[in-house]
Amino acid sequence: MIASIIISFTQWDIITPPEWVGLENYRQMFKQDPLFWKSLGVTLVFTFGLVPLQLILSLLVAILLNQKVRGLPWFRTIFYLPTVLPIVASSMLWLWILNPSGLLNFFIGVLGIPSRDWLTSESLALPSIILMSLWGSFGVSMIIFLAGLQGVPASLYESAEIDGASAWRKFFNITLPMISPVVFFNFIMGVIGTFQVFTQGYLLTDGRPNNSTLFYVLYLYRNAFEYLSMGYASAMAWVLFIIIMGATLLILRTSSLWVYYEVQR
Amino acid sequence: MIQSQIRRRKFFRILIYCILVLSSVVMLVPFIWMISTSLMNEADMFRIPPVWIPSPPRLANYAETWRALPFTTFFRNTIVLTVGRLLPLLFSCSLVAYGFARLKARRKNLIFIVMLSTMMLPYQVTMIPLYILFAKMGWVNTYLPLIVPSFFGIPFYIFMLRQFFMTIPLEYDESARIDGASSFQIFYKIILPLSKPALVAMSIFIFMWSWNDFFTPLIYLHKTAQYPLALGLQLFRSYGEYSTRWDYIMAGSVLMAVPPLIVFFFGQKFFVQGVTVTGLKE
Repeated sequence: MIASIIISFTQWDIITPPEWVGLENYRQMFKQDPLFWKSLGVTLVFTFGLVPLQLILSLLVAILLNQKVRGLPWFRTIFYLPTVLPIVASSMLWLWILNPSGLLNFFIGVLGIPSRDWLTSESLALPSIILMSLWGSFGVSMIIFLAGLQGVPASLYESAEIDGASAWRKFFNITLPMISPVVFFNFIMGVIGTFQVFTQGYLLTDGRPNNSTLFYVLYLYRNAFEYLSMGYASAMAWVLFIIIMGATLLILRTSSLWVYYEVQR
Repeated sequence: MIQSQIRRRKFFRILIYCILVLSSVVMLVPFIWMISTSLMNEADMFRIPPVWIPSPPRLANYAETWRALPFTTFFRNTIVLTVGRLLPLLFSCSLVAYGFARLKARRKNLIFIVMLSTMMLPYQVTMIPLYILFAKMGWVNTYLPLIVPSFFGIPFYIFMLRQFFMTIPLEYDESARIDGASSFQIFYKIILPLSKPALVAMSIFIFMWSWNDFFTPLIYLHKTAQYPLALGLQLFRSYGEYSTRWDYIMAGSVLMAVPPLIVFFFGQKFFVQGVTVTGLKE
C-alpha cells in the first residue's frame, strides 16, 4: 500500500530504475490526459446507468416474488442463474447476441425496428454493456432484497390493514423504510462494483469504438501492462480509491436521512 | 362489494404471475440461445427466424471445440489453480479467524481493525506493487503469484469466519481445556467441525471466484499452455479462423459454465444463504 503511493510519484517501466517525478503523474493526469477524463466519464455513465436500473428492477421483482407466489424457488433460481455464469462465458454469449446478425437484432426486427450494429456504434456500445451487466448481476441484489423483505414483520402489515391502509401506503410507509438498510447496502455495493468494472469492457469492445467504452480500470490496465507506466497507473489507482472512498462516504453521510434502523445505536 | 374485491385480487395475482413468467423468460432466453447455438451446424446459425431447437442437434461441435483449442490443458490448469487457491485459503483464513476469535494478544483489536481497513482498498491499488514484486522475483509466467497469496488469507473471509466462530459457545473451549486440549486441538477438533456450514459457503464462493477469475491470470500468465479456461476461451476471438464460429465459441462457454452450475445447484442452499448474509459476489 505504501509502496503504491511511492510508485505513484515516480516514472517507472520496471526495466530501468524508477525516476522520482513528484506530483508530475497527477498533474499530467488532470491537466494533459483527455483519455483519463474520458475513461472517468464512461465509468460514471456506466455507474449511473446501471445502479439505479438494477436497484429498481431487482426490488420490483423481489416484491413480486414476496407475494407468496407458487414456485418461488424456481423463479429465484432462474433470476440468479446468470450471475453463476462465468463472466468470460457471458461476455462471449453477449458478443454473439449483440452481433449484427445476432438474436437482439432479430427481436427488435420483429417489433419493426431496423437492425443496429450494437457494439461498434459509439452511442450504443456503452448501453449494450449496461444491458449485459444488468442481466448478469441483477440476481444478486434481487436475492438480497428478497431476504430483506422476508424479514419485515407481518404484524406491521396486519395492523396497517386494520387501519385501512392502501397498498401504496403500505409500500411507502412500511416496506420501504423497513428495507432501507438493504437498499443502502445494495446501493453501496453497486457503486463500488461498477467503478471497478473491467472484464466486460475488455472482452466485448476493448474500449472501442473511439474510446466510448474505455472504462477507468481498463485504461489503468493499459497504462500499467501495455504502456508499462507503473507510476502513472499507480497514481490512477489512488485517484480511483479516493473516488470510491468519497462516494461511499457521501452515501454514508446522507444515509441517516433515508435509512431507517430499527435498533438505534 | 366483497366479490369485486376478490375479483380484483385474483386479477392482480394473475398479473404478478404474468410479469414473473415473462421476466423469467427474458432471463432464460440468452441461456437457451447459448445451448442451442452450441448444437447448431454452420448454416443454422444465421437463419431467420432463429433455430431454437437444432435438428438434428450437432453434438460433434463439442468434440471439435475441444480439439480446436487445447481444452484439456485449460481444464487441467483451471482445476490446478482453483484447488491450489482453495485449500491454502481454507487453512489460512480459518486459522487466522480462530486467532482473532479466541486467542488473547496485545493490540488484537487494533490488528483486526487494520486488517479490515485493507478491505476498503481497491484491488487496483495493491496490484501494481505486487506485480513489480513478483516480476522482480521472476514469478511472472508461473502460477506462484496466483497461488502464494492464498497462504496469507483474504480479509473478507477471515472476517466472515471470525464472526461465525464467535457464535460458538466459549464453554466448549473451556471444558476441552480442562480435559487438557491445546489451543490447536480446540481449533481442529471443536471449532472447525462446528463451522461446517460457514466453511462450505466460503468454499463455494472461492471456487466460483477462482474458476471465473480473469484479471489475475491475464496479468501474470502469457503462455497459452498455462492459460486457465477464462483466458483460453477468449482465444477464439483472436484466431481469425474461429472468430465467427459461434457454434464453437458457445460450446466452449457451455463447457466452462458446467462446473460452476453444478456447484450452484448442489450448494444452492448454502449459496443463497451466503449471499444473503454477506452480500458477496465477486
